[in-house]
Amino acid sequence: MTIGTKFLLARYADCALWLGRYMERAESLARILDVNLHFSRDSRGSQNWRSIVQLNADEERFDKSYDVASYANVVHFYVLDRENPSSIISGIRAAKENARSLRPMISTEMWSHLNVFNNTMSTLTPDDLKPSELSRVCSVIKEECQTHTGITEGTFFRDQSWYFYLIGREIERADQTTRLLDIKYLLLLPPNQQVGSPVDVSQWNSLLRSVAGYHAYRREHPRGMQPKQVAAFLLFNMSFPRSIALSLAQIDGHLHRLRSGYGLRAGSGAMELLDETRAALAGHTPDSVIQYGLHEFSDYLQRQLIAITAAVRQEFCGAPSAPDGR
Amino acid sequence: MTDGTDLLTAYDRQSHWCEMLGGDGAPAEHAFMVRNRIGRLTLSDLVRRAETAERELYNLGITFTVYSERDVIDRILPFDVIPRIISPRDWDVIERGSKQRVTAINMFLHDVYHEGRILKDSVVPAELIYGNAYYREQMRGVAVPHGAYVNVCGVDLVRDHLGQFKVLEDNARTPSGVSYVVENRHMMQRTFPDMMEEIGIRPVSDYGQKLLEAVAEMAPSAVIDPQVVLLSPGVFNSAYFEHVFLAREMGVPLVEGSDLFVEDDRVWMRTTAGKAPVHAIYRRIDDAFLDPQVFNPESLLGVPGIFGAYAKGNVGLANAVGTGCSDDKAVYAYMPRIIRYYLSEDPILDNVDTHICREREGLAYTLANLENLVVKPVGESGGYGIVIGPRASREEIEDIRAKLLADPANFISQPMIDLSVCPTLIDGMIEPRHVDLRPFVVTGQSSWVLPGGLTRVALRRGSLIVNSSQGGGSKDTWVLEA
Repeated sequence: MTIGTKFLLARYADCALWLGRYMERAESLARILDVNLHFSRDSRGSQNWRSIVQLNADEERFDKSYDVASYANVVHFYVLDRENPSSIISGIRAAKENARSLRPMISTEMWSHLNVFNNTMSTLTPDDLKPSELSRVCSVIKEECQTHTGITEGTFFRDQSWYFYLIGREIERADQTTRLLDIKYLLLLPPNQQVGSPVDVSQWNSLLRSVAGYHAYRREHPRGMQPKQVAAFLLFNMSFPRSIALSLAQIDGHLHRLRSGYGLRAGSGAMELLDETRAALAGHTPDSVIQYGLHEFSDYLQRQLIAITAAVRQEFCGAPSAPDGR
Repeated sequence: MTDGTDLLTAYDRQSHWCEMLGGDGAPAEHAFMVRNRIGRLTLSDLVRRAETAERELYNLGITFTVYSERDVIDRILPFDVIPRIISPRDWDVIERGSKQRVTAINMFLHDVYHEGRILKDSVVPAELIYGNAYYREQMRGVAVPHGAYVNVCGVDLVRDHLGQFKVLEDNARTPSGVSYVVENRHMMQRTFPDMMEEIGIRPVSDYGQKLLEAVAEMAPSAVIDPQVVLLSPGVFNSAYFEHVFLAREMGVPLVEGSDLFVEDDRVWMRTTAGKAPVHAIYRRIDDAFLDPQVFNPESLLGVPGIFGAYAKGNVGLANAVGTGCSDDKAVYAYMPRIIRYYLSEDPILDNVDTHICREREGLAYTLANLENLVVKPVGESGGYGIVIGPRASREEIEDIRAKLLADPANFISQPMIDLSVCPTLIDGMIEPRHVDLRPFVVTGQSSWVLPGGLTRVALRRGSLIVNSSQGGGSKDTWVLEA
């Protein structure tokens, strides 16, 4: 059954996708910074801020502007550095600029909230990033992102653009989870580290907390904290909102909706890539994925997500000029 | 609670015509009720509500945008909370007069781009049109549905010390500001519901639908359910908010040049489902940037080939191409004669008295009264080159005298108008400030005037300049029900 015959301008589809992505990315980054401050110690007991730079594959850009990966430098780089396109302040601004292009499509409440949020970000100073303040600032950012999500859920007209927005959000979620798995797993599990030591357990706690998954994990696994189970939870669990499997399933659902509900013929390439990825995921067990190599598998997932994004944009939106939706 | 003092007691209109109090011997009875309600407010309440309104405008993003090298700066047009109130009788004159003017302008444009009778009859000098930078030879013989060249016209009015409305300027290309008219009303409804209660104010909320109807009427007549779009230069344009506002009110896609393309002299837009036809376009892009194949070849904002589709009648454009030769200062001076020529009627709204210096009597009068006149070069806009006699130095007077003698056809002159004032909240005080009025006339098969229009207010003491770039703000404009 066709539920909508109204067309959507290709450019709007692209902007909606990027709006969803940027907001999800900001929320995720705020959570990672907060968790790293409170819970993350590496095997030598010190906070490892370099790992966050690695997580986002930003080493080159970071090293160009900063000499050491200290707390102050990394936090500034990711919260306030306007020169860094993957900082929260840049991300919120990019979200706002995509929203500006989308203004005819989004609710006044969505626009107004993003506008105020962006203004709030502009008032932050390095003083707000002191260790004593960072947690509060990260909470504000997370809550603003969640407010955005709530306003959007409650007011966004459910036409095609809604589904592109959701696709962008789920792609970013999956991407963030693969990165976290990849880097943290390597970092936390050096070859000769004894698995199950007290430090180790707190590390896995923090990994779960940075995807808001600690309590969810506990519901599935009331006792113990095994690295393999944590990895499996983040990869395969179909109830956890930030698992790879659920995110991919959601993307699949949204693409189906666009094609069957709105009669769009585009998207077959993206669907094919998605099927392939989901099949690869389904073909693994917690044991086999560790055997295969978690790093290699995360890497594969990241490449697939990039290819899926490119296919969605190419097939539905033509060939957009800028790679970041701006 | 109030201490019994009336907020407006200390207000002094300083001998100007006042929109709230009227003029000498002519009190503005229509504003009586609102005046009393404002009078009963406390100053702190008024100030607090004004601050709320200003903050809301900012948060809602009702802004024009300034782009600097590294920052995107959103500015609001300053909003004054004390409304400007227009009586039904005054509005009747404005409405009829504006429609009459637009009707004449459309007939004039049709004539200019077809037989050119008015030029052959020497009512308007031919070189004024053919030598005009905004005249588009390509429009010659192009059929425009309903002869409606100017679908959206902003008629700038001022009110003199006797309370008479006069036309200062016609805006027949892409007049802006209507979004503020509607948003200012929303703002007043949110912050001053008590002031508006039981006062019959004519609504402004159906502007988008009226505009959509008019633009749809410009589509090829064979199309039953035309697809209308709004074409914007994009987010970098300072009026982008207004484009968004109008697209939403009209319920049509807001497109940029790159969203459209032309194939077989038809216009299409790129959608997620492939190409979709476009039948009529409300364009907020100037002629020069519309089609790089025909006009400015450097333009990246336009749509290559769109003029060809237009000239063949496959797509409607609002406003039509080439309307700019009807709204410049030189042609303005002839507008009363243009109205008489086509309509055999006297103008309902007068021009400001204008002396055409290309004509012998006009030049002689101007030269003899330079100290009392405002002299304007006809080819300039934005206030450049204007000499205000009463405020000019001896040297400036002699300088303009020499220029007038050297090239009289380049000038017009007008008396200095004492613009009306409206009580305005300035730094916690209520003071008189000068205002103008821009009603918007929407024309498809017929014309409709938005009841109200944009009241711009010069916020600087004594200033007559209402432009936002020079310290101007705006007010809600209430046309009262008859």
